Amino acid sequence: MSEELVVPAGVVQKARTIDFSRYNNRIAPLLEGLNTWSRGIPLVLAFFALWEALPRLGIIDMLFLPPFSTTVQTLFDLIVSGKLLLHVIVSLQRSAIGFGLAFLIAVPFGFLMGWYSKFERYTDLLVQSLRNVSTFALLPIFLLLFGLGEPSKIAIIFYGASWQLLMNTISGVKSVDPIYIKAAKSMGTSDWDLFRKVILPASIPSIAIGARLGAKISLMVVIAAEMIGAKSGLGFFIQNAQFNFMVPEMYAGILALAILGLMVNYLLVWVEKKTTYWKGEIGSSLLG
Amino acid sequence: MDIIIAEKVNKKFQLKQGQNINNNGVASNQIEVLSGFDLKIKKGEFLVLVGPSGSGKSVFLDLVGGLSNPTSGVVYLDDKPVVAPSSKTAYVFQQYALFPWRTALSNIEFGLESRGVLKEERIKIARELLSLFGLSDFEDRFPYQLSGGMQQRVAIARALATKPEVLLMDEPFAALDAQTREILQNELIRIWEGTQTTVIFVTHSIDEAVFLADRVAVVTARLGKIKEIIEIDLPRPRNAELRSSNEFAANRHKVWGALKAEVNKAQQVWKLAPVFT
Repeated sequence: MSEELVVPAGVVQKARTIDFSRYNNRIAPLLEGLNTWSRGIPLVLAFFALWEALPRLGIIDMLFLPPFSTTVQTLFDLIVSGKLLLHVIVSLQRSAIGFGLAFLIAVPFGFLMGWYSKFERYTDLLVQSLRNVSTFALLPIFLLLFGLGEPSKIAIIFYGASWQLLMNTISGVKSVDPIYIKAAKSMGTSDWDLFRKVILPASIPSIAIGARLGAKISLMVVIAAEMIGAKSGLGFFIQNAQFNFMVPEMYAGILALAILGLMVNYLLVWVEKKTTYWKGEIGSSLLG
Repeated sequence: MDIIIAEKVNKKFQLKQGQNINNNGVASNQIEVLSGFDLKIKKGEFLVLVGPSGSGKSVFLDLVGGLSNPTSGVVYLDDKPVVAPSSKTAYVFQQYALFPWRTALSNIEFGLESRGVLKEERIKIARELLSLFGLSDFEDRFPYQLSGGMQQRVAIARALATKPEVLLMDEPFAALDAQTREILQNELIRIWEGTQTTVIFVTHSIDEAVFLADRVAVVTARLGKIKEIIEIDLPRPRNAELRSSNEFAANRHKVWGALKAEVNKAQQVWKLAPVFT
């Protein structure tokens, strides 16, 4: 079957793509990825230039917004001195544990809710009620229940990350094409094999998206949690810098946060691609 | 010897809540698809079911495959009533239904895994089938990397892997272009003529029915039952030249004659049918 990309009338496709086919198969996609990515650079540079210019031209007080170069210098110093690394590791650790727990609990729960409609009928109302409450609004409650130590932070990250994972698992299970189930059943597949060999792989793409969103949320939540009651972590570092009027350090911390978020996002996109290798991209059918 | 006997089979489907259909002035929330469906299928024969859309041909395949059960009546397979999917049947669908996360080879292995066949043996069987369909070079490809015709070849290979006694084919070539369709018909008939498998094949194409079948069973418009069974008296082995022969045309005419009234009836029913949401 031929699949053609239909370009709507009036939309002119950019023809300025570079031909990477002369490189070998392993390098070509990497270069292509870099090429797509590099298109975003000019706008980022413009943003940094504005950041540099506004304080230098005196439009914004340098005390409140140190120029980009100063911020980068501060960040560099913090990295070299190793002061920042500890906080970064602590934050990553917390969000990883919270996210990991969320994954271990929300995904199986999602399978149950997605597959057994009876189970869903009993649980859905509670789930919908809880998931629509802002995680940040619940922060004080978690502090009251779990104290100022690690458990409260892990718990709030777990809570925040769970919902996307749960929802995406449920929709993943529900959207398994019935024809796969029919095909498997017609071959006399047992219930357990049906789950293991059909439902599970078919819902992985949806779960992978849920995991990406969940991981993003756990990074956001960990910062907020550390700002309220912590003695370490990137959130604490930024908050602490603010309280002590170490403005460049505060901006450096935020910049570090942006870089970290970017890295985690790319890592998860990569994981997503790896787990859905069998999907192919639009138009990549080798035989028309 | 008859391998499949359908006796007075009725099949009703429950409509969703709030849905109703009007049947001769009586509102009902059930839809009756098969009614008094009797059919005997001989071991090793190639039986083709034709009939208007919605006449219950696919429903009958599901009953034989044990994927659903009749509301009343019995379908016997080897003299035993079918109640659940059996290792004696295998299914080929119009939408191929290959598992997209498995390679061609591993798709063919699927049915064998449930039967506890060892890995080495599975691969051996799968490779033999791939070579039978001329797909040896494609064993590591995922479905999205194969054309429609190739995907359906893999799906047929997957069904044949378990050496079924009865192969159920639900409009398997309907989604293919005309050329690929003829090629696959030729391939199917070549491979089938070398096996003892009984085939029940559903199609809307009379040409396809005549070319493949030993017998063509014409199903009536809704409240499906067998209207007429037409013996196709064409010699085997069959090949592509047969399609342009006079005998082929004569058989084609016979089948169309039996089918025409039913198709017209179905058109009328659709025209009168109340729209249900």
